Amino acid sequence: MATVQKDRSMLLQKEMIANHFARLEQAPETGEKVVYTFVPGNLTELIRSFGALPMLPEINALQSGMRKQSGDYIAEAERAGHSEDVCTYVKCDIGMMRSGNIGPGGTKLPKPDLLLLSYTGCYTFMKWFELLREEYQCPTVMFHVPYQGDGVLEPEHRRYMLRQLREQVIPALEKVTGRRYDEDRLREHLVRSARAEDDLVAVLQAGKLRPSPIDGYFGTVYYVGPIFSAFRGTEEGVEYYRALREEVDERAALGLGPVTPDGPLNDQKYRLVVEGPPNWTSFRDFWKMFSDERAVVVASTYTKVGGTYDFGFRHDPADPLGTLADYCSGCYTNLNLPSRIDMLVRYIHEYQADGFLINSVKSCNSFSAGQLMILREVEKRTGIPGAFIESDLVDPRYFSAANIKNRLESYFQMIDARRLGKTA
Amino acid sequence: MATRGEDAGRQALTRAAVVDRAREIYDDLDFGVVRQWLAEHPGGKAGGYLPVYAPREVLHACGFLPVGIHGGGDRLEIIRGDAFYQSYICHLPRSVIELAQSGRLDMLSAVLFPSTCDVIRNLSGMWKLLYPDVYVRYIDVPQTPDPGAAVDFWAGELERLARDLGDVSGHEPGDDELRQSIALYNDVRAMVRTLYAVRQERPWDVPTEELYLLLRAGESLPPEEFIALARGYLAAVEAEPRRPRDNSRVVIVGAFCEQPPLGLIKSIERAGCYIVDDDFLLGNRFLTHDVPLDGDPLRALAAAFVRNDQHTSVLYEIDPLGKRRLMRDRVAAAHAHGVIFATPSFCDPALLDQPMLRAGAEDAGIPCIAFKYAENSGQFQQFREQAGTFSDSIKLWGAA
Ligand code: SF4
Ligand code: SF4
Repeated sequence: MATVQKDRSMLLQKEMIANHFARLEQAPETGEKVVYTFVPGNLTELIRSFGALPMLPEINALQSGMRKQSGDYIAEAERAGHSEDVCTYVKCDIGMMRSGNIGPGGTKLPKPDLLLLSYTGCYTFMKWFELLREEYQCPTVMFHVPYQGDGVLEPEHRRYMLRQLREQVIPALEKVTGRRYDEDRLREHLVRSARAEDDLVAVLQAGKLRPSPIDGYFGTVYYVGPIFSAFRGTEEGVEYYRALREEVDERAALGLGPVTPDGPLNDQKYRLVVEGPPNWTSFRDFWKMFSDERAVVVASTYTKVGGTYDFGFRHDPADPLGTLADYCSGCYTNLNLPSRIDMLVRYIHEYQADGFLINSVKSCNSFSAGQLMILREVEKRTGIPGAFIESDLVDPRYFSAANIKNRLESYFQMIDARRLGKTA
Repeated sequence: MATRGEDAGRQALTRAAVVDRAREIYDDLDFGVVRQWLAEHPGGKAGGYLPVYAPREVLHACGFLPVGIHGGGDRLEIIRGDAFYQSYICHLPRSVIELAQSGRLDMLSAVLFPSTCDVIRNLSGMWKLLYPDVYVRYIDVPQTPDPGAAVDFWAGELERLARDLGDVSGHEPGDDELRQSIALYNDVRAMVRTLYAVRQERPWDVPTEELYLLLRAGESLPPEEFIALARGYLAAVEAEPRRPRDNSRVVIVGAFCEQPPLGLIKSIERAGCYIVDDDFLLGNRFLTHDVPLDGDPLRALAAAFVRNDQHTSVLYEIDPLGKRRLMRDRVAAAHAHGVIFATPSFCDPALLDQPMLRAGAEDAGIPCIAFKYAENSGQFQQFREQAGTFSDSIKLWGAA
């Protein structure tokens, strides 16, 4: 039964996360080493191959946003001198730490044994870990992933990354964990990564069906959670994506849509592509603005920030460090603007979208700077007008429900008018 | 053959004449001096670069006149630029786009976008789309703390850049030409260091308003002309000394990319602060030592970047205590009394660094104030009042 299977993947995810956070909480006692790192360019398999536990501050921040805790944390950080103008993930994290470092799930978060600064696709990452390094006074290792300024991974850039992995990152992990680098072990993790990635891609591409059995944005941020965070390359990750794929396949076979805050969305009126991260503080209200209108998101770019798999990349155990470099380089925010535009245009065509929407978040220059140009270029190349809305990630002050709802309603009316025009 | 700049240097210009010349260049948003240079050098090209650090030597050796693109300040009405940027993005990129969309940058055959922040990074992609005939390169400087890997990477980037720019200009430079350009920019940096040293020693003789205009002129002038103009300025300063005042000595921090309007610099000075160190136009002195002229020139340039001791928001700070120490060290080196954090609104690098820098300064007992500006801020009253109160409090409480 579809509902039972859906519950299974959700339950699995809940259980995985709860276990992970319990292990994190107990790490000071068990001696398990904790490595903080970022979602884009996360080296989860490598960290895991040393028996260490990854923790991702962005995930904590977004979950604090969903649980309505982020506003207080941000205020706390601003009181301590952090500017109102900068990324609210950073301020949420710092505010949380200053408030006792109780994670969004209610467990105490451990201090990092290592800050693995995978500098991939976002300038703020560098400052974030410089700030955390001051607070925790722990070892920090910088891993510089060059930006794809010309839209490709240049061979010299790949060599530079490999050298840093061998000469900086691995020695830092060896030192912190007291274990030697074990390439065979890393390969085993990578085999599991690729398996989960296959299943994830099948899930993402189900958005091409009519009706779409997934929501490629609101629903998919849950789906990518495990692979973007601590579970790529783990058995639990493999099991989760297998279960998820079965669930989605079954919904597809039955001609069912995704489950939204309004219940199942089988009768889909609008198919959209979305660029930009969601707002987390009013996530369900935001989603509901779409499902109320029977709009389903068939594909999104945000769900590629932790890895772009749907154009063929898979972690390759035959080239363990090279594949990590390739992975990092290909994360969405490490792609240049023309590549991002190409991706959106491709999604609109391949997923037969009626429209596209940009949610521009105040926090994030990496995503947001240039989005108005993206809007115009995509409109020009597809002939489809786009919608542009503004909000923030986890700062509740910047989510204006009425404004966004109005914008969306007019946008859907515009799509209706275009349809009428076409059939007239 | 003497250049016009050398002639100017020999004519013992007055301070006012040098400053007027520099102001004229600064005010000219059509980049007349660049266009004139192009007219006088038929095979030459102009290559722009955004803040902060770009290897101008490489542009120069490939036959380009390097041109700093620092926005339009308060002298440019934004008509098209706002359509490209949301309200919560700093002002610089919109005025850069405005300059470009209004044709004022149409003389540039190449534009380099350094890895200063994600706004400039993304602007590189926009430029590729808007101006497909212009060579665009995102300049990703090495951030790894491993000097070996950093030098190899950066030397490779510089080689690639030299090849690409050579393709654009039709002139790929040999080692000797690269060395000549490096030597010339060593001279430029030495001159900038001298100007900063004289100002630090006698800020009453070298007001920052004047120094700043001179340095801005240096962002468009051929290097030899800048050096000559600066020499003329220094000679004029010696010839026309001024009397010191009882001002406080301050360091300005955070203004390395989007530049403050001139009125803001003037307001700070008129409020009783001598600016004795700053990070305006930081790229012109990013390399703190001469680049050696022996060996492979691009490797030498790369090594100079990596072995540099420039600490700024746009580079990863390797030393865990580095941010905490930086203000204390800079204030001590400049014999300053306080720090003014003057940062562009919405500037990630400057604003994310500020809590670390400020905490370090305050731990060391250094008085600080902070304000935000935009390059087109038009009201300076509030800045003047803040800076005035700051200066008075420094004098009153004896930090001076
Ligand atoms: S600036 Fe953007 S990419 Fe960077 S940490 Fe913030 S939200 Fe993430
Ligand atoms: S002012 Fe700051 S945020 Fe804006 S482009 Fe410059 S460095 Fe980037």
